[in-house]
Amino acid sequence: MLNTISFEAIKTAVQQWLNMHWGPHLAFIAECILIGLLVIVFFAVLGLLLVFMERKVSAVMQIRLGPNRVGPKGWLQTSADTLKLMLKEGLTPDGADKFLFNLAPFLIMIAAMLIMVPIAFARNFQIWDINIGVLYISSIASISVIAILMAGWSSNNKYALLGAMRSGAQIISYELSAGVAVITMVMLTQSLSIQDIILSQQNGWWIFKGHIPAIIAFIIFMIAATAETNRAPFDLAEAESELTAGFHTEYSGMKFALFFLAEYINVFIVCAVAAILFFGGWMPFHIGNWEGFNHIMDYIPSSIWFLGKTFCLIFLIMWFRWTFPRLRIDQLLNLEWKYLLPISLANLLLMTIIVVLKWYL
Amino acid sequence: MTGLYTLLQINQLNNTAENYFPIGVQIIFAIGFVATMIGLSALVGPKRKTSDKLENFSSGIASHGNARQPMAVKYFLIAILFVLFDVEVIFFYPYAVNFKFLGWAGFWEIVLFVVLFLIGFIYIIKKGALQWED
Repeated sequence: MLNTISFEAIKTAVQQWLNMHWGPHLAFIAECILIGLLVIVFFAVLGLLLVFMERKVSAVMQIRLGPNRVGPKGWLQTSADTLKLMLKEGLTPDGADKFLFNLAPFLIMIAAMLIMVPIAFARNFQIWDINIGVLYISSIASISVIAILMAGWSSNNKYALLGAMRSGAQIISYELSAGVAVITMVMLTQSLSIQDIILSQQNGWWIFKGHIPAIIAFIIFMIAATAETNRAPFDLAEAESELTAGFHTEYSGMKFALFFLAEYINVFIVCAVAAILFFGGWMPFHIGNWEGFNHIMDYIPSSIWFLGKTFCLIFLIMWFRWTFPRLRIDQLLNLEWKYLLPISLANLLLMTIIVVLKWYL
Repeated sequence: MTGLYTLLQINQLNNTAENYFPIGVQIIFAIGFVATMIGLSALVGPKRKTSDKLENFSSGIASHGNARQPMAVKYFLIAILFVLFDVEVIFFYPYAVNFKFLGWAGFWEIVLFVVLFLIGFIYIIKKGALQWED
């Protein structure tokens, strides 16, 4: 790699500097604090960026301008919105269970922040490579269901409770086929570690190498991901026309903003996981023996590859939202239980045959 | 080597509690972040609480009774089915990782497992557990 300025180089430089000037223990603590602060800054920037992106994408799809007053081309709109939300009163309704009501935003943000840990943002740039990476992501992701149910139940509001129940049923249902789709890809790598999964795609991304089962798994994973993040066409939990705002109807000010932020962080995470499993994470795009072409691709930094793939998938999910009409709850659950689950299981068997026959190289 | 491994020199094979230290740090930071944001908002935001404002929202109509009424049993049925099926999905994980060593013998075993899975699935469909309209 000829990238002189890469995240890996910066990381190594910072590590060396800290170890040189401070003792190993102090350097370790400093690094933990640095990583924590970086994740928070990344969260904030990502939230602002994705909300802005969503508004611009929806504007383009509906042939209008979108936010264009605050800052150049409206870039500062979401920052202004955040500031406004910060200055609002955070109410806790009288009927609500005060403790659980205030605990829910904490839980949803903790879940969102913990999933960030094993995701590789660039070559050798990962907070922590856990050997059970993928399993860890799917297990932490299910904590957000508890936060949503907690928010809906504690609000003591009929809309909120109905929204939370719908959301709970929806998320846990789609977790099944998302899990099976992930396992289908794990079959190819034989490892749950994110690092290993990415490195196994050195000579081609799994979506190309994995034949038809990989493509089916990708489609199933994207549908399940859209449902798990409660986004249209599966946004029954907060169907505005019938349930006001669903499980966060009673939340206001900053607490509402945190739910909103967590939703967008989750969208980023599912797209990042899809990019890692199917499109090789930070691996550059290579074509067989085209040395010159592969070399040019290697010049593009790995972080650009990862973020490029992730944002393409985020655009896809936003595109879903502004093109498809919302489903009904029974249609939604039928789609999962009667179609996606059997298809994904059959797909898993197909993939095992391919792996046993070693057709995937 | 990735991030903290080089500093901590954790043995990768040794899966003890201290290996999960970075996650603990992340939890602390997440709690700190949320607490700071909510605290800051409470500090700078207005505090004018009135009884009307603190009422539960029900589209402008006076709310009737407790919201925590019995819900449709279907949601709970879905939750119970999820528990059953998710446990089966979890069993695939160790299988998927060790699949190559098991070869064809492993393949027939997984077919058997999926068949058992499907029998349960057909049973719940026949029982009408996934029927939403009565």
